[in-house]
Amino acid sequence: MSALKFTRRGFLKTTGIAGGGLLIGYYALRDTAQPQLLAIEGAMQANAFLQITPDNQVVFYMPRDEMGQGAYMGLTTLVAEELDVSLGDIKVEFAGVHEAYNNPELGFQATGGSTSMKVHFLPLRQMAANTRALLLNAAAQDLNMAVDSLGTDSGYVVADGERHPYGDFIATAQTLEMPKQAKLKSKAEFKYIGKETVRNDALAKSTGTADYGIDIDLPDMHYAVVQRCAVAGGSVKSFDDTKTKAMPGVTDVVQIDNGIAVVAKSFWQAKKALATVQVEWELPELAKVNDAQIRSDYQTALDSNDGDTKEQGSLETGFAQADKEIEREYWAPYLAHAPLEPMNAVVRISNGEAEVWSGTQGPGVAQGLVARYSGVPKEKVTAHSTFLGGGFGRRVILSHVAEATQVAVATDKAIKLIWTRENDIQNGWYRPASLMKIRAGIDDDGAITAWDATRVGGNLIPDTLRFALPGAVPSLPQGVTDWMADTSESVFDGWIIDGASIEGLADDYTLPNKQVRHVTVNHGLPLAYWRSVGHSFTAFAKETMIDELAEQAGSDPFAFRRLNLSENPRLVGVLNQVEAGLNRWQLAPGRHIGIAAHASFASYVAQAAEVSVENNAIKVHRVLCSVDCGQVVNPDIVRAQMEGAIMFGLTAALHGDLEVQQGAITQSNFHDYPILRMNEAPAVEILLVDSNEAPTGVGEPGLPPIAPAVANAVYKATGRRLSSLPLKLT
Amino acid sequence: MIKFTLNGKAVETDESADTPLLWVVRDTFKLKGSKFGCGIAQCGACTMHVNGKARRTCVLPIAAVAGQEITTIEGLGTPDNMHPLQRAWTEQSVPQCGYCQSGQIMSAASLLQANPNPSELEVEAAMAGNICRCGCYPRIKKAILDVASNNQSPSIKIESGSIETSSAGTRSSVESKS
Repeated sequence: MSALKFTRRGFLKTTGIAGGGLLIGYYALRDTAQPQLLAIEGAMQANAFLQITPDNQVVFYMPRDEMGQGAYMGLTTLVAEELDVSLGDIKVEFAGVHEAYNNPELGFQATGGSTSMKVHFLPLRQMAANTRALLLNAAAQDLNMAVDSLGTDSGYVVADGERHPYGDFIATAQTLEMPKQAKLKSKAEFKYIGKETVRNDALAKSTGTADYGIDIDLPDMHYAVVQRCAVAGGSVKSFDDTKTKAMPGVTDVVQIDNGIAVVAKSFWQAKKALATVQVEWELPELAKVNDAQIRSDYQTALDSNDGDTKEQGSLETGFAQADKEIEREYWAPYLAHAPLEPMNAVVRISNGEAEVWSGTQGPGVAQGLVARYSGVPKEKVTAHSTFLGGGFGRRVILSHVAEATQVAVATDKAIKLIWTRENDIQNGWYRPASLMKIRAGIDDDGAITAWDATRVGGNLIPDTLRFALPGAVPSLPQGVTDWMADTSESVFDGWIIDGASIEGLADDYTLPNKQVRHVTVNHGLPLAYWRSVGHSFTAFAKETMIDELAEQAGSDPFAFRRLNLSENPRLVGVLNQVEAGLNRWQLAPGRHIGIAAHASFASYVAQAAEVSVENNAIKVHRVLCSVDCGQVVNPDIVRAQMEGAIMFGLTAALHGDLEVQQGAITQSNFHDYPILRMNEAPAVEILLVDSNEAPTGVGEPGLPPIAPAVANAVYKATGRRLSSLPLKLT
Repeated sequence: MIKFTLNGKAVETDESADTPLLWVVRDTFKLKGSKFGCGIAQCGACTMHVNGKARRTCVLPIAAVAGQEITTIEGLGTPDNMHPLQRAWTEQSVPQCGYCQSGQIMSAASLLQANPNPSELEVEAAMAGNICRCGCYPRIKKAILDVASNNQSPSIKIESGSIETSSAGTRSSVESKS
């Protein structure tokens, strides 16, 4: 255990990969060269994002990854709108690794933090509008007409009522200068943005024809599986592979950093043979740790005065003004992401070059890791992106790419390395467990006068940095990234904490006197961003406390929130929409409503959960959800993300629990780490706020309110305030 | 050598008899639509039809399917010739990450074959073995119920009929055994 202090400079609020926290101070050196696009004969490469072929095919190189969140659809919608091409006519390719595709908010080529629409809404539209203007200029020259007399319609220049495909003008367009500030459409002119459309990846995903990393098949490929230490950080002391080498199909048994890899001609042969490897492990300190120890260390830290503190106003004044006061502790456990596609990577190294295929939230990270572990220079490593079978923050951490590279180097074979589900649950990176405490005071008018919040738990930065760094700073010399990655623990541990550890714990409401304290306690379990990151546990504490305060104030939960949200009109807006929506609901006997509201990733969400409790079993029947994510680009994608985040959040609220015994996770697969199933899934109704604000993300903000909404409904049903996740009445 | 029928074609493999069907279909016969999710028949991503009935193929040794009729998502329908469920999935934007959807659709197709007009509870019971980590359950349920009600609706029977005829190659081979 290393309970530690961090800087007195206060909290470093930075943006990060899945929502908060990763500080990247080293931007890539500027590379002005255009990325290499697919070789298509006669095609015009307008810029890094668009290619137009002579037969009028538009190819869009999508800078973000698609893990289900709908960026594939959303970003293509922006291009369709301003280039004026039918959405369904645009061929989408995943972009290669290049600085042009960096996520401007995260500072490198990464997808996360619900940023895709927020950061691309204007730049991609401008890029497409400029390209359309270029084509119009070329058409004016070729047709010898005034550019003002020309229009466009779905991939065609319209001149005097005649339609000419864009592709007719690409030869001339390539001789002209690209306009820089072509006029963007107004909201009233939109044909695609804000309209109901079918997802452009739905057909491939409904016919088994979408390619995920695990589907990559090279002719000369071998399969690898790895036996890792059950305790994170353990290393191989010795191993015996006598039996293993004699197993059918086995070609190699090699030791890599993370354990022993067995390589065979098929996955099944490799997996069967793996069970015969006898490994003796050098166990780390974590092996002495169990759940009880973690809880007790957290409690000690919570009860101490350790950690760092940020205060606004005066708690002393605030509590002096309070007429009532409540103090409560909250617990949230370690969780696995468990995306349905297990981690996997294909790596091929030959003739001084390397290729990697993997569905990741940062293809540059994959490229960087292959370079680092193969010695092949980064410029000679090609990273191919695929669809992701779920991400949720898990596919930021790419140790499987490092493993596949090490095996490929050691065996001189093209390697497909696949994690089993057991590896995913037991050898992964986890949503950090948290012990939180909120002490709050209200006056007789129901105004919150004081808010004193503490969070104890692991700090995400060091673990994230270790595996993100080589890709995050692709232009730094490899020696420097090696050094930074290797020393990140000492650089960052005890120095700063990321905003993700406390985000949402003392936010949203008007809190004139508030204090947030954080104590980092890290037992060595690897940590990762997990859908909605800190909000996934802080909203539970905050919104159940608010519910309790409302009751103490003798106030309706909507009215109490409104009273204390005087500076947060958008959160009030979604609350009002939920309240109005509830008026339409008929409540059957035994059903109870709980509500919660929480802003995250610059979007605002309120939810109501209709719950019944029978024989201490909690059943969620319906959820009503209102979201304000600014201007809505794809209404159905927004609805889908709210639906999905509610289900993901319900898995955590009702089931999600990892136990640690002797440093190892005791759960192993879906039988003991259950995921919500259809028979448990509530009906969901999503309401969208009509807004002219700039668009913000929707992948994560739907998650934080659901656990507290359910907990607040359970209180109404049973009179019991549940303050531990998952919610259990027995 | 183990022989079986895969999407209407006779195939044979010399993989060891205990190899799960999933890996033989994916890696020997290169049909990648069926997915690996858990390896213990808990998530349903690997679902195929064996003689028309949904089975979890990550735990089904190929020895057990000798002489049987196997249908995968690729055999159920193609982008140019979709099964009604695939069409509903597409039109209603059911998938998010999409990784589980082959298995979901195969389970749903097996359900509708056995029970063309299931109740909501029957859909939930039949689909409870298929995990969707993205949480597309409300849409999956609605798509199945919509296809089922279309099956019942006389006004669009002609369209349904034409779909069945056009994909009869695979579907009738499944039906003849069931």
